[in-house]
Amino acid sequence: MSLSRGTKAALWGFALLVLAFVYVPIAVVALNSFNSDRTFGWPPPSLTTKWWSVAMHAEGPRDALWTSVKAGVGATIIALVLGALLALALTRFDFFGKRVINLLVILPIALPGIVTGIALQSMIQNVLQPVLGINAGLFTIIVGHATFCVVVVFNNVSARLRRMGASLEAASADLGARPWQTMRLVTLPLVRSSLVAGAVLAFGLSFDEIVVTTFTAGPGTPTLPIWIFNNLFRPNQAPVVNVVAVVLVLISILPVWAAQRLGGEAAAESRI
Amino acid sequence: MRQRRTPFGLLAAPMAWLVVAYLGALVAIFATAFFTTDPFTNKVVTTFTTENFSGLFTSTYLRIIGRTLLIAALVTILCMVIAVPFAYFMARVAPRRLRGVLVAAVLVPLWASYLVKAYAWRAMLQPEGVLDSVFGGTPGYGTVAVVLTLTYLWLPYMILPVYSGFERLPEAHLEASADLGGSTATTFRRIVLPSLTPAIVAGSVFTFSLSLGDYIAVQIVGGKLQVLGTAVRQNIVLDLPFAAALGTASVVIMVVYLTLAGRTGALDNL
Repeated sequence: MSLSRGTKAALWGFALLVLAFVYVPIAVVALNSFNSDRTFGWPPPSLTTKWWSVAMHAEGPRDALWTSVKAGVGATIIALVLGALLALALTRFDFFGKRVINLLVILPIALPGIVTGIALQSMIQNVLQPVLGINAGLFTIIVGHATFCVVVVFNNVSARLRRMGASLEAASADLGARPWQTMRLVTLPLVRSSLVAGAVLAFGLSFDEIVVTTFTAGPGTPTLPIWIFNNLFRPNQAPVVNVVAVVLVLISILPVWAAQRLGGEAAAESRI
Repeated sequence: MRQRRTPFGLLAAPMAWLVVAYLGALVAIFATAFFTTDPFTNKVVTTFTTENFSGLFTSTYLRIIGRTLLIAALVTILCMVIAVPFAYFMARVAPRRLRGVLVAAVLVPLWASYLVKAYAWRAMLQPEGVLDSVFGGTPGYGTVAVVLTLTYLWLPYMILPVYSGFERLPEAHLEASADLGGSTATTFRRIVLPSLTPAIVAGSVFTFSLSLGDYIAVQIVGGKLQVLGTAVRQNIVLDLPFAAALGTASVVIMVVYLTLAGRTGALDNL
């Protein structure tokens, strides 16, 4: 199939348009964080770094950032352990009920977040609070995030395990290594970078999550996205919201860059 | 070489977690859809009823469900229309050294904060915002804004599978078609599209189901627009069983869509 020069030119034009469609809105938010007009009239009458210094000294976003970091670290640790165990079990063994477990693992990202959200919320209100005395807060945010972060680690590690095959592990066993020795000396070193890639991406996913978090965060512990959403419709907070939004974008895309370097081409696609 | 036994040691912790932290909560919420609320305290009362589900079939909620389906369908079609030529450009037209850059250019917005991307469209669409000053007008907040924003949000989920679809398509098939006298248009229609269908269907699963469940972006750019997600959100406090029934409805629609998609064989190699 050979394309005429005109068709090729048209495709180039179309691709540039799509890239503009994808990047212009984000660029607008970034530019607006320097917009001196409080209502963000476009084009900006002049540029200022005032909002950045205001945001830097605002307590709300700083506390929220700290909550997000703690939630991300907690959820990532749980996801790392559970995701790796599941990946090993499902790629290296054949057993009854394997398909069901596979489905169960991807369910948290397949179902609408709002369904997971209300399910966890009513669990908190009906079981955790009255029976165990645990209120909605950092702990419940971590539990909620971990449910869907497991998938990213699972996808990364399974892909690596499938690609490298089981022959090295078989060789290790033939040479007399115990299962635990094989795990420690052969399997773990081979999957290490995919573990790190999965962890970094899980952190990114947690850091940016808002739907499930709405239902699992108590009123006293907003994460960064929740803080933005709560202040989104308050005109006097708008300049600070813009600055925090830029910070959120920067922190959420850093993991992609890191994961691509560690986990290879497919790592950053593990969200799909 | 796989071992034929159940690895209980590996599965114990993750299964305990999934069942306790997730599945239990999920089953409980689906059960709640069959309960009622006390009219005075708004607390859930465990008397069995199917009223919540018959409540879905009233004109108000049928309209909301219909509107949500329409938005999800429009978003999916728009994503397809944009993704197919763009992915074709990525895989076949762009110089080879540019491909990695293009893939990265699609992956970055996939991970860049969902909330900020929705918020960005608020700034684009607002009166005297970017669209207003560049094109001299803005659709304002409402259905058009929601379709536009959701298309923007889910576009990478369509581009990436379609791009891999193009990558898997052997160049020889296209050459054979041309050798046998097929014009570019014929080749595209009879060779490219059919072999690309599984990838497009796989992408549509994401764009459709993500649009179906969304309520944050709808709140940000939708004005007073009511969709399934916002209806769930509004009923949670006063009538949790009905909110659960609405949530169940969105899950059922998704399962139906997945089943239809599965019939095409598109999901076999996911």
